[in-house]
Amino acid sequence: MLVKRAELMRQARQFFYERQITEVDTHLLSQFGVTDCHLNNLTTEFKHPLPSGKKKLYLQTSPEYAMKRILAAYGQDIFQLSHVVRDDEIGRFHNPEFTLLEWYRVGYDDVQLITEVSELLTSLCGAPETKVVTYQQAFIEYLGVDPLSSAGVDTIRRHLVERPSLSEWMSKETDEDTILQVAFSELIESQFPDNRPICVTEFPQSQAALARIDSNDARVARRFEFYYRGVELANGYHELSDAAEQRVRFKKDNEWRERHGREIQPEDTRLLDALDSGLPACSGVALGFDRLLMIICGANTISEVLPFAIDTA
Amino acid sequence: MANYSTSEFKGGLKIMQDGEPCSIVENEMVKPGKGQAFNRVKIRKLISGKVVEKTFKSGESVEGADVIELELSYLYNDGEFWHFMNNETFEQVPADEKAVGEAEKWLVEQDVCTLTLWEGKPINVQPPNFVELEITETDPGLKGDTAGTGGKPATLSTGAVVRVPLFVQIGEVIKVDTRSGEYVSRVQK
Repeated sequence: MLVKRAELMRQARQFFYERQITEVDTHLLSQFGVTDCHLNNLTTEFKHPLPSGKKKLYLQTSPEYAMKRILAAYGQDIFQLSHVVRDDEIGRFHNPEFTLLEWYRVGYDDVQLITEVSELLTSLCGAPETKVVTYQQAFIEYLGVDPLSSAGVDTIRRHLVERPSLSEWMSKETDEDTILQVAFSELIESQFPDNRPICVTEFPQSQAALARIDSNDARVARRFEFYYRGVELANGYHELSDAAEQRVRFKKDNEWRERHGREIQPEDTRLLDALDSGLPACSGVALGFDRLLMIICGANTISEVLPFAIDTA
Repeated sequence: MANYSTSEFKGGLKIMQDGEPCSIVENEMVKPGKGQAFNRVKIRKLISGKVVEKTFKSGESVEGADVIELELSYLYNDGEFWHFMNNETFEQVPADEKAVGEAEKWLVEQDVCTLTLWEGKPINVQPPNFVELEITETDPGLKGDTAGTGGKPATLSTGAVVRVPLFVQIGEVIKVDTRSGEYVSRVQK
């Protein structure tokens, strides 16, 4: 496995070198965390206060903000293969510390980047061509329901309530995105064919994360996710570059956090400054490197492809 | 009883569900990259023995169940209760028919069984994996037949009926696997 891991790292870098994409190596410790509703930073305390007076430091859940700051200053394609850390995540597909392969393409829209992710999968693990399907099509095809209408979400909730394992939770769940996310995992993703990668595009705008809203259809965002062999592999966006809209999203995330009793996170002002100064139009994607290695090795759990998983780290 | 958060879930944890004490068999955390995490959990209901699947929203808490397991040796049956004893404290614990259930036919005096107690009362009795019992009734087999093709039914001293090879006779003691109810071997006295 160690040899396969080394080989895959080499091949991944080669893929980007051949495309003249610059490798960057940004910080793991930051003075800011993320507001994202479903991501939690592990934090630590630096004994000497920094010039800003801060002591609390956040281990990064992804290099996204740092890479965007480089993009705003440098304006060229970049990639990074680095460790990231997330609190509360441990399981078959999760280790609190794991490796992300993240890259940004200046001037690309999400459709172009999806093609490149598909090429990467073919190059690194011999995957056949990716099937692209919109979030709405996926729900209609596998469940016969339109997830973008309120009536649709209600029908989806009823489908979930019918399942004995989910009925208690779903009969009292009111958050539409939570209902959609659970339905997506339990009723849609589980039906994806195993033999080729699936890319789901045009997520609902309420799940845009850091993607821009579709200019023709405000109900959806230019966000995509790759799934292959039962594994959620990569998440990408035609990146939001509007600083004002970014501020609104930070605020919305924190309002959600407050409603759900989670700690409010300070907004990363350095990212906002970078967006203010101008982020080039670009698309970016983050791919779970260990999960890709799991697929290549036929591993059942992420710990099989890590030199030392958290239990033994 | 303490509450447990989903992040504390693991195999063997005892929790309350639908008013019944349960044991977690399997716990899998599912976390979409940008979505609500949840736990897919397999739970064994300790009274009915049923295994059910249930999905919990991560971060939720559930009530723990006051369940302990004790190794106790079987003493006797008084017609209503089966009495067990803790060999260290000599404390005696009576278990009713519901708790003993299928285990009844494998109870041998002095054998150490695993009792599951909920709020101090036995809800399950698990016999040892192997017990030794005397055959009280079986057809006389053909002498010299050791091939054991098919075998024959034999009734044991507890009333249990198992299939034994044809050469095994009344009065002999045999070893039985209680998990499968199958004959293992004869026991030399």
